[in-house]
Amino acid sequence: MARHLDAIIAGFGGQGVMLIGNLLAYAGMKDNLNVTYIPVYGPEMRGGTANCTVVLSEEEIGSPIIRRPTSLIIMNRPSLDKFQPRLQDGCVNIINSSLIDMELADKERVECHAVPCNDIADKLGNTRMANMVALGAYVQATGIIPLKAVIDSLPNVISAHYHKLIPSNAKALEAGAELIG
Amino acid sequence: MSEMNEKLVFDRPQAVIDRPTHYCPGCHHGVAHRLVAELLEELDVVEKTLLVTSIGCSVFLYNYLNVDAVEAPHGRAPAVATGVKAARNDKFVFAYQGDGDLASIGMAEILHAANRGERIAVVFVNNTVYGMTGGQMAPTTLIGQKTTTCPEGRCLEREGAPIRMTEIIAGLGGTAFAGRASLDSVKNIRTAKKYIRKAFQCQLEDRGFGFVELLSACPTNWKMTPLKANERIADAMIPYFPLGVFKDVTEEGGEC
Amino acid sequence: MTKQPERIFVKGNEAVARGALAAHCKCFFGYPITPQNEIPEFLSAEMPKAGGRFVQAESEVAAANMLLGAGACGIRAMTSSSSPGISLKQEAISYMAGSEIPAVIVNMNRGGPGLGDIGPAQGDYYQSTRGGGHGDYRLLVLAPSTGQEAYDLTIKAFDLTFKYRNPVMILGDAILGQMKEAIIPWQPENIDDEAGRDWSLTGADKREKRLIKSLFLEEGALAEQNRTLQTKYDDMQSYVEYEEFETEDAELVVCAYGSIGRIAKSAVRSLRAQGKKVGLFRPITLYPFPSEPLLALARQGKRFLTIEHNLGQMVDDVRLAIRTVADSEFAPIFPGNLPVPEDIEGPVLKCLEGK
Repeated sequence: MARHLDAIIAGFGGQGVMLIGNLLAYAGMKDNLNVTYIPVYGPEMRGGTANCTVVLSEEEIGSPIIRRPTSLIIMNRPSLDKFQPRLQDGCVNIINSSLIDMELADKERVECHAVPCNDIADKLGNTRMANMVALGAYVQATGIIPLKAVIDSLPNVISAHYHKLIPSNAKALEAGAELIG
Repeated sequence: MSEMNEKLVFDRPQAVIDRPTHYCPGCHHGVAHRLVAELLEELDVVEKTLLVTSIGCSVFLYNYLNVDAVEAPHGRAPAVATGVKAARNDKFVFAYQGDGDLASIGMAEILHAANRGERIAVVFVNNTVYGMTGGQMAPTTLIGQKTTTCPEGRCLEREGAPIRMTEIIAGLGGTAFAGRASLDSVKNIRTAKKYIRKAFQCQLEDRGFGFVELLSACPTNWKMTPLKANERIADAMIPYFPLGVFKDVTEEGGEC
Repeated sequence: MTKQPERIFVKGNEAVARGALAAHCKCFFGYPITPQNEIPEFLSAEMPKAGGRFVQAESEVAAANMLLGAGACGIRAMTSSSSPGISLKQEAISYMAGSEIPAVIVNMNRGGPGLGDIGPAQGDYYQSTRGGGHGDYRLLVLAPSTGQEAYDLTIKAFDLTFKYRNPVMILGDAILGQMKEAIIPWQPENIDDEAGRDWSLTGADKREKRLIKSLFLEEGALAEQNRTLQTKYDDMQSYVEYEEFETEDAELVVCAYGSIGRIAKSAVRSLRAQGKKVGLFRPITLYPFPSEPLLALARQGKRFLTIEHNLGQMVDDVRLAIRTVADSEFAPIFPGNLPVPEDIEGPVLKCLEGK
């Protein structure tokens, strides 16, 4: 079956959800997939969450906006409340368990992965890399693209000013992936 | 006297096309056109001139000058001239606007073109009235002056004070030259030509925006004879719109 | 044309800006408004490097008039904005149409009326395809639905605007502008940078002076100018672009353009997977409208459902195209709502059942 996955990535503004959305899509392009990335704004921005939608597909992509996604990366509680009910049955839900009570995860219906993103990022020395931990776990859990494609795309997505942080971001991605195993 | 003895002592500039103008008797647009044409020749820029005309009586300037021209919407001549200069940086670009066009609907465009220091020149003909549309109140209409839309005379409390454009333009950073002259006497016309030359040279020398205001008569809409209209310039306009140079960076050898 | 295989990952706005640079656009006049800001931002950095000039104008009014000035000089020039700003540009657009000045105008349509919102919408279809300003004129209107099309159609817009000496509008929306996609940039060859050499303002040097204007007061002159414009619009009718998807055996054809066109494609795929015989007709040129291919589909006995992100505008053109043999249903997606395929699947199913 053709490779196809769409994702909503959501969290607080400042958690870097747009950055990992960009990174996922860019890596998809590097891995020869068709990709779309769209920051979803409008009234939804007011609820304390920032989110974006990424579509990765071997086929031509129609809609870049998805109501019922086939995967999620959820970085905070309001995003879980909003998007978990929309996730299609049996699909991957990466949940930042550092900030979200896993009791709220709908383990019966969807494939939930508790990823303590902030705790792992803290151990690596920079709590701001929690987003990378989540993306590493996501790529490992879904298998949609190789982790290497993501790591290789870091220089294309992180602005030149922060290029010194590429190795530590790569470590965070790997740490997230290792957690899923 | 036979034809053989006739000697031409005053010819039209070659940049002016030999055709009758549509202007009313006593109108000063003809004088302003002539000064502009003389300077285009004297500065040797006729072949590289791109003219932007505005809306008002002077829209037909393009019928009288032998240069390439484009017609701008009402008030937008400085924006159109900005685009022309952006496209053809090696050409000489100037706009010619009246007071309704420049000081009312086109206020934003003239201020920002001047402030950016666009390498263009603007000749501003101020006759205190909308001429083409039939004599309505302009932003430069003097207090007490009667027009078809202030039939009792312009009232300071109701319509505000007439706007002194040259002073405003002179206060902007991109302006290299801003001067006000009058077309009511030979002496003043000579000064007007000097100012237009300066405004044009600012572009040719890449110094900045050049601006000249010319106080002019509109006998028809002022409902005066040409002679009376001419006198009104000295009696009523110059006291409110003082003549002179308000900014000249060329004196300091500077640029904007 | 040489296609470079390298893909780049950019927003639709940037795709438009890059397409303009590839098409040798030498002047850009902009003013900030969401959701098109990446166009002026990108070009403010890149246009000077390409030897052109970028001006942030004092208003959309001024920006469009600067465009008029540059276009009169026969230079490839562009402005971009979004709905409220496009309304302000209409003055100069009308003058440019009347004066036959080439120019490219980009509208990343946002929600309206009034200030509306900054999300996607298609409320400016009438404004774009019926002229938009005063007087009777038309713009060529190109409606990309992907980043690649945004790039390709921007390049094409510059050729068309000089071919017809008529302003061309790229009509996108906030989805196209803000979405990032992989595109393949390519460099067109044999661009004629002086395509306006026979009419544009270059200075009356050893030739007759030229005058570019839209004022025609002499008896009969304006009628003659309007006749000239009409002839031009007639000529344009041969230039249509559209996409047909799964229409061959379709009972019901969904008509949608731009971003809604691609979202409708997802809906059609999903419905096909359920065995429903539906197809998609996506106009790429909105003016001229691809009436003939639509009529051909109508003659095969198909039914039509037009779906737009507005209250019903393009549906008029669909109905005009097929009026002799068929009609089109209409389903709105209200501006202010973010459209998803389900918004289209619902009305399509309803329409199929209502047979």
